[in-house]
Amino acid sequence: MIQTFAFYMFALLLLTAGGLVILSRNPVHAVLWLIVAFFNAAGLMLLIGAEFIAMLLVIVYVGAVAVLFLFVVMMLDIDFAELRSGLARYGVFGFLLAAVLAAEIIVAEGAWSAGKIDLAGRIAAVSGDRTNIEAMGALLYSKYLYIFEASGLVLLVAMIGAIVLTHRERGGTRPQNISDQVKRRPEDAVRMVNQPSGQGVQL
Amino acid sequence: MSFMSSFVLTLPEVILSAGAIALMMVAAFAGDKAEGLCRWVAIALLAAAGMASFHHAGEAFDGLYRADDFSLYAKLLIYVAAAVSLMLSPRFFSHEDRPRAEYPVLILLATVGMGMMVSAVDLLTLYVGIELNSLSAYVLASFIRKDERAAEAGLKYFVLGALASGILLYGMSLLYGFSGTTHYAGLAKAMADGVNTGELFGLVFVMAGLAFKISAVPFHMWTPDVYEGAPTPVTTFFASAPKVAGMAMLARMTTVALGPAAAQWQQILIFMALASVILGAVGAMGQTNIKRLLAYSSINNVGFALVGLASGTPDGVSATMTYMAVYVVMTLGSFACVLHMRDADGHYVEDIASLSGLSRNNKALAAGFAILMFSLAGIPPLLGFWPKLLVFFAATKAGLFPLAVIAALGSVVGAYYYLKIIKTMYFDEPAPAYAPAQSYVEAGVVAVSAVLLVGGYLLIPVLSAASAAAAGALF
Repeated sequence: MIQTFAFYMFALLLLTAGGLVILSRNPVHAVLWLIVAFFNAAGLMLLIGAEFIAMLLVIVYVGAVAVLFLFVVMMLDIDFAELRSGLARYGVFGFLLAAVLAAEIIVAEGAWSAGKIDLAGRIAAVSGDRTNIEAMGALLYSKYLYIFEASGLVLLVAMIGAIVLTHRERGGTRPQNISDQVKRRPEDAVRMVNQPSGQGVQL
Repeated sequence: MSFMSSFVLTLPEVILSAGAIALMMVAAFAGDKAEGLCRWVAIALLAAAGMASFHHAGEAFDGLYRADDFSLYAKLLIYVAAAVSLMLSPRFFSHEDRPRAEYPVLILLATVGMGMMVSAVDLLTLYVGIELNSLSAYVLASFIRKDERAAEAGLKYFVLGALASGILLYGMSLLYGFSGTTHYAGLAKAMADGVNTGELFGLVFVMAGLAFKISAVPFHMWTPDVYEGAPTPVTTFFASAPKVAGMAMLARMTTVALGPAAAQWQQILIFMALASVILGAVGAMGQTNIKRLLAYSSINNVGFALVGLASGTPDGVSATMTYMAVYVVMTLGSFACVLHMRDADGHYVEDIASLSGLSRNNKALAAGFAILMFSLAGIPPLLGFWPKLLVFFAATKAGLFPLAVIAALGSVVGAYYYLKIIKTMYFDEPAPAYAPAQSYVEAGVVAVSAVLLVGGYLLIPVLSAASAAAAGALF
């Protein structure tokens, strides 16, 4: 019972939040709706017993959303003074969302302890005695090792590409050269002079 | 299958990726001074990977990867094309920007991706291979950073390539969702009792994504812009090796994974083949830039190769693979000619008008270029005629008579612009002479490809046997 209720709640909120992401005119609101959407998607994952993916969604995407938020703020030239003055307005909105998310956690926890949705009908059935992370790791590092390594190469290419396309050597800077500094002897820098009194100093 | 035997089967990719990583360290610490060293080591690595591909005995990594005669054939072509485009690169880059040691590294990593593409018997391997190749290609397209055209080419390629990848991935997810497996043999099994709507949708999306990678009409729009904007050695690479890899992965995908759905994908391939042949021929006519013209020429050639594939028979696949081998020779030769086109100050020029009267300034280059153009046009005494004949035969044998006739007519239309270049070189008033070539590599590539196209008929028994063996591995 509670699973069905939780499913419809998550699904409905996911669709609503997804729609509001693209419909809201305020970019800050859109980003907040995006967080709600991810959160509800994580709830759906939890219901089918994919707890690892659920946690991944929350951790990775909320992290990603923080970065996205920064981009939005940087690119759209939002006046922070105005933003701060409107804290009361945003605050209400934010607290409301936080309350919704908190309520969802409680419902999800209830649905989770009531047992996950039966998915016997699907093709690749998951054995019940191992956790998601174990099952995924066992596949990732054995059967799909080849793909896993190749994905590493894709990331390597991305890194090389970023450096090749953006790295620039600037002339005129004075970087620290540690070996030159260490090689420097006292004789190169200091001159001991026995200065007779009453005569001019030779520089 | 033990890990060790999987490792041995994937040795070509292992050699190339380990070598690329080692060269990257050399490039990082020694800087651009090491470009020459990196380039020659990369060519040696490609040769070593080619040798290693001869050891092939089946599937590796639980059916993610397959080494057979087909992958051997495609890989040898890819490695040769990659090595030649590496050899052609240094003079261009030292003139236009500076030779950079990352170039061989990126070419090697792109080649690893292509090797994965041709050996893929699983959608996952295919996708990761495509991404590895594409991502390297995006960077290579805008390799000369200060050149605005190169930056535009890179960005265009990236945006459109990402869209195509999305379409492809969507199709793959549909295929996976409706059949429950990503393995080619499993897909074929799932479709054996008829193709349902979901699988059909997946098939269409996958074909669209793959068509982008081989720049078949109607997914060709990026080709002229990217080929024109990218540095010429990079264009040489784009026009040769990835085309072979794309055609090979399409052949394996259609025959092995989507075999039972032949009636469905045949329609798509027939349309793409005809559209590519016609649009490639018509689109090239108004071009004044030689690289754009060669881009349309490659679209046109992909169309002919697809004619063979559309027949869906071992003969057709074998004809397509023969076509790709001859196409690689013609493409590498043509771009080596383009790399000869430098004005008196040594700047690279791409205007077709600057070729006029070349026969009076530089007889050898004009003769080589003319042979390549005649061969691309498919004029009989030259080798370019032979694979065209093969694909038409394969199509008629499979009962696709109208396809063969329209494609043959398309090749007549296409001959116009190849002949126009020859006319410009031989009958027009001479333009200022090109700067003398200072390197023998370009001249060597032109000479070798011209000799191959003239005397290549001696190689036909070998080539036919290899293509037939390659196609035989798929059926």
